[in-house]
Amino acid sequence: MKKIGSVQTNQPKGPLWVNAEITYKCPLHCVFCYNPLDYASTFKSELSTEDWLKVFKQSRELGAVQLGISGGEPLMRDDVEIMVEEGTKMGYYVNLLTSGIGLTEKRIAAFKEGGLGQIQLSFQDSTKELNDFLSSTKTFELKSKVAKLIKEHDYPMVLNVVLHRLNIDHIGQILEMAEAMGADHVELANSQYYAWALKNRAYLMPSAEQLRKAEETTNRFREKIGNKMKLYFIVPDYYSNRPKACMNGWGSVFLNVAPDGLALPCHEARMLPGLTFPNVRDNDMGWIWNESPAFNAYRGESWMQEPCSSCDERTKDFGGCRCQAFQLTGDATNTDPVCDKSPHHNIITEAVELAQKPQAPAVDVKPIIFFRDDKNSKALIAQEI
Amino acid sequence: MSLDALARDQLLSLEKQFRFQWEPAQESFVLLYPEGLIKLPGSSGEIMKLIDGSKSVDMIIAHLEEQFPGIDLKNDVLDFLEHAYEKNWIRTN
Repeated sequence: MKKIGSVQTNQPKGPLWVNAEITYKCPLHCVFCYNPLDYASTFKSELSTEDWLKVFKQSRELGAVQLGISGGEPLMRDDVEIMVEEGTKMGYYVNLLTSGIGLTEKRIAAFKEGGLGQIQLSFQDSTKELNDFLSSTKTFELKSKVAKLIKEHDYPMVLNVVLHRLNIDHIGQILEMAEAMGADHVELANSQYYAWALKNRAYLMPSAEQLRKAEETTNRFREKIGNKMKLYFIVPDYYSNRPKACMNGWGSVFLNVAPDGLALPCHEARMLPGLTFPNVRDNDMGWIWNESPAFNAYRGESWMQEPCSSCDERTKDFGGCRCQAFQLTGDATNTDPVCDKSPHHNIITEAVELAQKPQAPAVDVKPIIFFRDDKNSKALIAQEI
Repeated sequence: MSLDALARDQLLSLEKQFRFQWEPAQESFVLLYPEGLIKLPGSSGEIMKLIDGSKSVDMIIAHLEEQFPGIDLKNDVLDFLEHAYEKNWIRTN
């Protein structure tokens, strides 16, 4: 009876969490999207329903218990119902991560019937104008309707709001909206700077003052509302002096499968050079997880350089994020520059300093911001931008 | 907001977002919930197995005492159930 409810975080046996990015197609064009810049290159090579069920089955055999169905907007595919039902039958806890667009009464009823565990609804902002601007579509009213549907089907209302410079000052309104919608869990996560969000970093990173105020507002709201709503506030890692333990370590618990079948240790790893990521069309999940060179590349500590390799915190944060190390320093084996022991930490502090300067209001920024859309993605594939 | 103390005569169920199952890969019972896993090794899993909406705290204790005669397990069971209740894994019907 001693070790009640010990949460397993570093499971060497197999993945615990399989994230199925079933499509990168999306009706939204969020400026902070973490999908790869060249996401449009996957449109013609998306896995079939049968391919996905094979991935789920083999990963389940490895011990995975959580299945995320995400995208893009997963509801752009019409076979999510089959995935939910079959995934549940296999013993997964199935999570649907959606913008809510395409979530009809009929579909949500089918998901419930199929055993879907939870629906996580993303929201850009509480005000219609800014929400529409940030996602570049008229979606706010639709999402409010979807939130009602979610409650009516007896799901907890899990809201995921990506915070950044342009919406963080609205946090009070965001929280009021969450309360009005009957939200049970609200994650207020500052955007992380990968992919599209890295492209738009200068426009997205909040100032220290904005963060301080937003946290204050969140804390006040938390006191007011008590246990009724669980609130999580996550600051950008650029404001820390130690890196995040990204994915609980490379190839430790998390397995991401992209729409084109590429198996990745995280959402972003596709960008890393020098690694050949296996495709689920060619290899079984057991080999991919246990044997493939890519999944073993940054396991353990032998790949580490100084200051990580002799640091007594290396078992805690695993040197941070490989993708962040690569995209900011050019070498994925470097220490994540968020760490103030990194010789490249100035890259972070300079970006943070820049964020303290005043900027144009959101509406004026629109022409400069780089929207995640097919035109921009295709242009990036052709390296026109 | 503090929770009420766990009543011993009310029937217990899992919270609706939780699922309880045996995991061969973990060699343990587990509770699954959105994006998470709680391992319930040994006796904690055996207790959780009895939470099915038809038994109260007292009934669970009686059931286990019958299953393991001569072992004083009442306090351990109470500790675990109170912990589970505080963590919102279980609720009274």
